[in-house]
Amino acid sequence: MKTTITVNGEARTLDLDPRTTLLDALREHLRLTGTKKGCDHGQCGACTVLVNGVRINSCLSLAVMHDGDEVTTVEGLGTPERLHPLQQAFLTEDAFQCGYCTPGQLCSAVGMLSELEAGLPSHVTPDVAARPEPSDEEIRERMSGNICRCSAYPQIVAAIRRAREVMA
Amino acid sequence: MRPFTYERASDPQAAVKAAAETPGAKFIAGGTNLLDLMKLEIERPAHLIDVGRLPLAGIEDAPDGGLRIGAMASNSKVAADRRVRERYPVLAQAIVSGASGQLRNKASTGGNLLQRTRCPYFYDTTKPCNKREPGAGCAALEGLNREAAILGTSFACIAVHPSDMAVAMVALDAEVETLAPSGQARRFPLMELHRLPGETPHIETHLTPGELITAVVLPPPPEGGQLYRKARDRASYATALSSVAVAGGRIALGGVAHKPWRAVNAEAALAQGASPQEAMQAELADAVSAGENEFKITLTARLGAATIEQAGGRR
Ligand SMILES: Cc1cc2nc3c(=O)[nH]c(=O)nc-3n(C[C@H](O)[C@H](O)[C@H](O)COP(=O)(O)OP(=O)(O)OC[C@H]3O[C@@H](n4cnc5c(N)ncnc54)[C@H](O)[C@@H]3O)c2cc1C
Ligand code: SF4
Ligand code: FES
Ligand code: FES
Repeated sequence: MKTTITVNGEARTLDLDPRTTLLDALREHLRLTGTKKGCDHGQCGACTVLVNGVRINSCLSLAVMHDGDEVTTVEGLGTPERLHPLQQAFLTEDAFQCGYCTPGQLCSAVGMLSELEAGLPSHVTPDVAARPEPSDEEIRERMSGNICRCSAYPQIVAAIRRAREVMA
Repeated sequence: MRPFTYERASDPQAAVKAAAETPGAKFIAGGTNLLDLMKLEIERPAHLIDVGRLPLAGIEDAPDGGLRIGAMASNSKVAADRRVRERYPVLAQAIVSGASGQLRNKASTGGNLLQRTRCPYFYDTTKPCNKREPGAGCAALEGLNREAAILGTSFACIAVHPSDMAVAMVALDAEVETLAPSGQARRFPLMELHRLPGETPHIETHLTPGELITAVVLPPPPEGGQLYRKARDRASYATALSSVAVAGGRIALGGVAHKPWRAVNAEAALAQGASPQEAMQAELADAVSAGENEFKITLTARLGAATIEQAGGRR
């Protein structure tokens, strides 16, 4: 099936078996291997990308469902010369060990910060009708869909907090 | 994954027509439950009808002061809606207690209602499961059944419905709107959407073949406090062992039955002046343990009583 997806600003047309997930289209067909496959079942967050600015698990979505969509992967966040503030903060805070979960953590954090900015409540927001505070507790809860096997969680929270301050 | 053909529906009528005319067709909305199960070949649709872009994602004020939530509205969108947060806080709380941020961005209102059980033997294709393969037997009866149901079970199936959102909606007395392939639209109480397992646990709802959920309609918010509480094995990103939604005088339980469980006995007891503890005892009088899930009876009694008490002091 012919499918056109704009990936990191560039329109890409692919002829795909409908079974191809967005994750496999990115990795196997477009060779964008930054996005990782952990569980392939929505349980780890390693495959998180931004679709039209919103974070989703690319393993639980078919590529053909994204015809016409704009996808941003970790490759589209920044470049080695011009890192995204979150990428820089992950380096500064030493927010990874093996790095396998990191692309998903980064894309998830970008999406999460705009959700927080927009005032979306979370499970730890004391009053869902009030504007949530950008506390560490909120960051932790909102990032719970990204598992880190190396358990770099404290540094990941610190990096996100730092990047949020830089970006504000 | 088995091969399938794919189409994107242009409008709701075309979607239900295609569903009725194509053998083995299934709707796909967010895909977060269906694709998970298709990868394991537990679901094997021959044709997918993508309803994700149908113009059913709106959230509108209903004429009676309620709220009409389109079936394609994402869980995140519903939880972020100001009217939901201010007037139906129990629903926002229930949604954000489920899954993860990424999943809620894709999960649709209709798909969430129709998500299938997370019983480990339903997922393990090497084990017998009546829901997956009618007549095969139920591995959970004698197996790992810590997460199993305590209310409304049968000898055929003791699985639970995993939705958090649906529990709050049942407590809010929501109704479901659907469109059938005949072109007939209907509206009925959400409480009547899901079935108890009985002898046919593979038949999970009262929807007819090809029927599309188009919206969930909330009546005006009830008088009194609202609160959702969920007990689970991890602090986040885990399904409920037991959950309780209170909306004024109405109570619903999650993680304890094959459907979101409206606690009518507890409601009646409370209305007659019983204490929250007594009301929960009344609701759980018929609860049965399958072995490892015995603790759920005590857990649900305590969680229920505490949630009723706390909701009383809330908006
Ligand atoms: C790791 C993980 C953890 C999770 N934890 C939780 C949790 O804690 N709490 C919770 O509540 N949920 C949890 N979920 C489940 C999640 O909420 C559901 O997967 C999601 O709500 C399904 O919505 P969807 O739109 O993606 O459905 P889909 O996967 O697209 O569809 C699900 C089913 O509904 C049918 N369908 C979809 N839309 C319609 C419609 N409009 N009319 C008729 N039929 C329709 C489809 O044919 C399919 O059978 C979890 C999921 C994962 C993967
Ligand atoms: S409890 Fe239900 S879903 Fe689980 S194995 Fe038994 S029949 Fe299957
Ligand atoms: S690979 Fe998608 S969530 Fe694990
Ligand atoms: S850094 Fe290794 S999994 Fe997170």
